Amino acid sequence: MTQNVAKRHRLATRIWHWANALVATILLMSGLMIFNAHPQLYWGDFGSREDYAWLQIDDTRTTGFVRIGSASFETTGVLGLSLDAYDNVRRVAFPGWATIPTSYDLAAARRWHFAFAWIFALGLTAFMLVSLFNGHIRKDLHVRRAEWHWAALWSDIKDHVRLRFGNDIRISHYNILQKLSYIGVIFLLLPLLIFTGITMSPAMNAAWPWLLDLFGGRQSARSLHFIGAALLVLFVVAHLIMVLLTGPIKGIRSMITGRPITVPKPHHGGKRP
Amino acid sequence: MTEDRTLLRRRDLLRGATLGGGGLILGGCDALNENAAFRSALRGAEKLNQMTHRALADRAALAPEYALSDISPVFKTNGSLTGTSTDYLAHLANNFADWRLRVDGMVGNPIDIGLEALRAMPARTQITRHDCVEGWSAIAQWQGTPLRLLLQKAQLSPRAKYIVFHCADNYGARPYYESIDLIDAFHPQTILAWAMNGETLPVKYGAPVRLRVERQLGYKHAKYVMRIEATDDLSKFHGGKGGYWEDVGDYEYYAGI
Repeated sequence: MTQNVAKRHRLATRIWHWANALVATILLMSGLMIFNAHPQLYWGDFGSREDYAWLQIDDTRTTGFVRIGSASFETTGVLGLSLDAYDNVRRVAFPGWATIPTSYDLAAARRWHFAFAWIFALGLTAFMLVSLFNGHIRKDLHVRRAEWHWAALWSDIKDHVRLRFGNDIRISHYNILQKLSYIGVIFLLLPLLIFTGITMSPAMNAAWPWLLDLFGGRQSARSLHFIGAALLVLFVVAHLIMVLLTGPIKGIRSMITGRPITVPKPHHGGKRP
Repeated sequence: MTEDRTLLRRRDLLRGATLGGGGLILGGCDALNENAAFRSALRGAEKLNQMTHRALADRAALAPEYALSDISPVFKTNGSLTGTSTDYLAHLANNFADWRLRVDGMVGNPIDIGLEALRAMPARTQITRHDCVEGWSAIAQWQGTPLRLLLQKAQLSPRAKYIVFHCADNYGARPYYESIDLIDAFHPQTILAWAMNGETLPVKYGAPVRLRVERQLGYKHAKYVMRIEATDDLSKFHGGKGGYWEDVGDYEYYAGI
């Protein structure tokens, strides 16, 4: 049997993974503060307190709520109305523990967001380029023809549901669901976040007006930016659950060092097969 | 005092611990947020954004214009809803009949121009989207005098770098003001609007004239403009950062995002 002692994660993948974990967290938290400045979302070109919002996170002074379309949910304590670290009532959409900075400061959150957005966009671009040349895309992410079978996909889904993962540490390749989710995040979701973000800039609307057509107007872009961020949070939650289920220590260690954990040692110090 | 602080700190730590260390991360971010060197580094992105925008777009590239049918049913009001200076209130009572817009500073020929004379100049009409820094947008039709015509009339000095707009409203305790650079000042869509949606500009939207600088956010669009001053140095005005929100809240001078 072949022993795979090659690095489980490429260096570029590891650097980008951890840098991106930090940068995306900062972007999420500063983004939530920016959202707090106007906690409503619309479709189309325009939208303000005078117009119908499809999503609203607000308060009735005594309770917090989230309204999606015509459905309202009470969220007192977390969304719309919450207590800060000193038990003062705060009438903000997202609570202080979820935002950068903690207390309401739109100007500061914008400074953070628009500075780290550069690192995020340039980092993603660099990761894509390096992955194109180091074989990460072709060897690890590329879904092969043989994998494109409903039966294979279905059996992978069943394995995931039964919490049976190919967690043989010697397996360095991703399963089909992993590949599809990584491809979706790297090539669709993250670019969507970047381009919907750019679409909200009035100056960029003058430079690249086609972005408005692509996303259906500035307020649609703002909605899609928020939905994209929510999807990314869902991805990270699923990702963390998978790390926990498949062995968090070895998973994290191999994402740091690149190596599988229990590298099978050849018995008599012989040559690697 | 000391006891209180210890208690609060202990509670912070407890909360931090319950949030899985989240409190510590947040505490770190807040500390960075207050750190002058870090904030200065963050501010570097503003210049980078401005340079990128200027590189990607022609200096005369137009902000998108919309159709009459796209106009917002109700245009949200924001900021001051009227001018507050005694001078302004007197002009308002008199329907701005004796109001004069002053254009001075680094110009060869300072001018005072009344509303009728301003309306008699060549005008531009545009249906544009107003984007507030908070995140909302509203669309309206604006009609007004291109700023560049006034600057040409006043013979803008070649040494001038910025155009400052002095307003008649106090927001909080401080007078509102704004400024833009010459690229935006000479942009074809940069107008001093005196009509909105086909009617005389209402007071709550900035009567008698407000600035429209369509490639930037709402706070740059000064309302109740009384005086336009050309300068090469913004540091001598009010807080020195070129505008009300720039001075009081560290909002970007370049509001293209």
